[in-house]
Amino acid sequence: MTRRLLTGNGAAAWAARLARVDYVPAFPITPQTEIIETLAEWINAGEMPGRTVTLESEHSMITAAGAAAATGVRVFTATSSQGLLYGMEMVYTVAGWRAPFVMINVSRGLASPITLEPDHNDIMAARDSGFLQIHCSTCQEVLDSVLLAYRLGEDHRVRLPVIVNLDGFYLSFTREPVELPEAQAVAGFLSPYDPESTRFRASAPNSQAVAVLGSSPYSYFRYESHLAAVNAAAVFEETAAAFAETFGRRHQAVEAYRCDDAGIVLVMIGSFATKARQAVDQLRAAGQAVGLVRPRLLRPFPAEQLRRVLCGKQGVAVIDQNISMGMGGVLHAELAAALYGKPQAPPILASFIGGLGGRDISPQEFFEIAAITRKAVEDGVTPPARLLYTREEFREVRKLQAIAHQERNELGPEA
Amino acid sequence: MKTASRILGSAFFLADYEVQDAPRYGAERRGAPIFAYVRASRQLINERGIIGQPDLVVVADDSLVSLPAAGVLQGLREHTVMLINSHDAPEVWKDRLNTAATVLILPAMEDSEDRADLPFVGTACAAAAACLVGVISRDLVLEAIRVELAALGSQLVERNSNTALRAYDAMVAQAGCVTEGEEISAGNYDKPQWIDLPYEDVDRAAPSVHAAATSTRVKTGLWRTVRPVIDDSLCKRCWWVCSTFCPDAAIKVSTGGKPEIDYDHCKGCLICVAKCPPHAIEAVPEHVAQREEKQGA
Repeated sequence: MTRRLLTGNGAAAWAARLARVDYVPAFPITPQTEIIETLAEWINAGEMPGRTVTLESEHSMITAAGAAAATGVRVFTATSSQGLLYGMEMVYTVAGWRAPFVMINVSRGLASPITLEPDHNDIMAARDSGFLQIHCSTCQEVLDSVLLAYRLGEDHRVRLPVIVNLDGFYLSFTREPVELPEAQAVAGFLSPYDPESTRFRASAPNSQAVAVLGSSPYSYFRYESHLAAVNAAAVFEETAAAFAETFGRRHQAVEAYRCDDAGIVLVMIGSFATKARQAVDQLRAAGQAVGLVRPRLLRPFPAEQLRRVLCGKQGVAVIDQNISMGMGGVLHAELAAALYGKPQAPPILASFIGGLGGRDISPQEFFEIAAITRKAVEDGVTPPARLLYTREEFREVRKLQAIAHQERNELGPEA
Repeated sequence: MKTASRILGSAFFLADYEVQDAPRYGAERRGAPIFAYVRASRQLINERGIIGQPDLVVVADDSLVSLPAAGVLQGLREHTVMLINSHDAPEVWKDRLNTAATVLILPAMEDSEDRADLPFVGTACAAAAACLVGVISRDLVLEAIRVELAALGSQLVERNSNTALRAYDAMVAQAGCVTEGEEISAGNYDKPQWIDLPYEDVDRAAPSVHAAATSTRVKTGLWRTVRPVIDDSLCKRCWWVCSTFCPDAAIKVSTGGKPEIDYDHCKGCLICVAKCPPHAIEAVPEHVAQREEKQGA
């Protein structure tokens, strides 16, 4: 096992190589392109077997990924943001085929306005598709999660594609020390994919349904996908245990950091959660009993594990790096659904929205979130949802608007 | 600067530090300002993203200091060491910026006559920084350069190594002057100045860009480090080569066929210099051009 500096994108490419993928349908998009470039370079140089093909769009790329997976080969692909949305029709369609493969999504905020930096509205749009979702907070986790994802998705009790999500810039272009496992150890953990009787062969086609379905069969097949996703919760635990046995790193569906004696708990997903972890250490150093809960698995939603760690707490602050227009933070709503009416559910479940379009969250802001949540616990009143946005940022926008509005003066009202 | 951050990151890693290095850039590529950052610690690093309170700031292009968008001065404190690749003295910078930070000048670059040495400014920055932090030996800097630049071939590795050693050795008197700053305390911190965003009317709050006037108001010419200068006596008035190849439409040709460069928006990519058939466009370092301008005026 060697430890080296890798970006999140580099870790994703290494994971695909170690997983011995057969086929990589590809289409470039910032900040993901480095992944497919790296794989293409290796395949071209003969350093790794397999085939890569650049398709003409993400729509075709995801179709190709699903079709190839149905023939029983191991497939890897990657996209981001607008690309994921462009392929969204096929994201839902191929998930229904129950042919497992792994797709990386490098999170990037969605247009409009356009940005290159990360938030989670792109991946949230795939939330209800049937793809399972694993969210990473470090480059090491990117590598490990791809390996986990293959074993999880290919398990006969699951048979669903998996998205491994990593944040643009904060992981994709950030180098950190990553332990690169030996190929032999990976081979021991991840057997070649055996599709068993579900393999599609053009020479021996078979069917399990009719082409266009009415409501009852439609409901049946859709709900079967849901049940498979629900099954994945237990299979994930088994897989994570096997992974820990082989590689010594334990990746739980829900990571609880310094939560045991915590009265206040922060909840976050993704790479910004390591910033929250740092803030928890600093809050602890200042004598405050604050913890962090990070769901690593988002689909299936680990409701049971979340209840186990959050019930009995006084106050929970959910920091959403996404926004559902007209509603607010998605994770906050999901957590409320998991906790509502349960014994000892936390009386305060506060909502914060931050990190949109890669907007940084400062240590002071984490401290303030903890302070507001503590105050809410004392008063017994849940505070209104809060966007993390400062006066200075607003001034910056005003400056930008002043320059843009200058056009109106220069071009005149008729222009 | 991405390569510089990787060389410094690798050097820390080889010295058994936990490391995080990353570049940051926007949609604009060639000629646009870029910055990168490096974190190093004996412990696991949880913090990520832009460094709010840097212990060391290295500036490869001193013309960027005055650009707010480049954010060079962000988080500068008394504790910070600022290393600038500049022809001006440290006292000038301290006075100009009215800063309590320590200002040092990156040596060994101004005396390099060979313009081909210019691309190695990143390596010089990385090596000087490695010396200033006081925990990285010369050998580890060379090893890091080998690791990061191996793909470029041994000749380039050697030339970069020579530049690196010059920069490293010139900093020895200040070795170790960069130290770890204090963390912000959770018990005593400045509250974030959050505001409740007001609803604003759609004629202000929709992000539409339907005309180009904004682009003309942003002076991208400030990014330039080398200036193309047309020699009228050599220009053949061909009216199209330089203006057609200019990726920023910053060269306009008058009715008489005379090309004129819009220096407010020329980023100094030098494509026109390469394309001009009679070699009528010269590349002049920006600081030299500005000095001559002042003397002329």
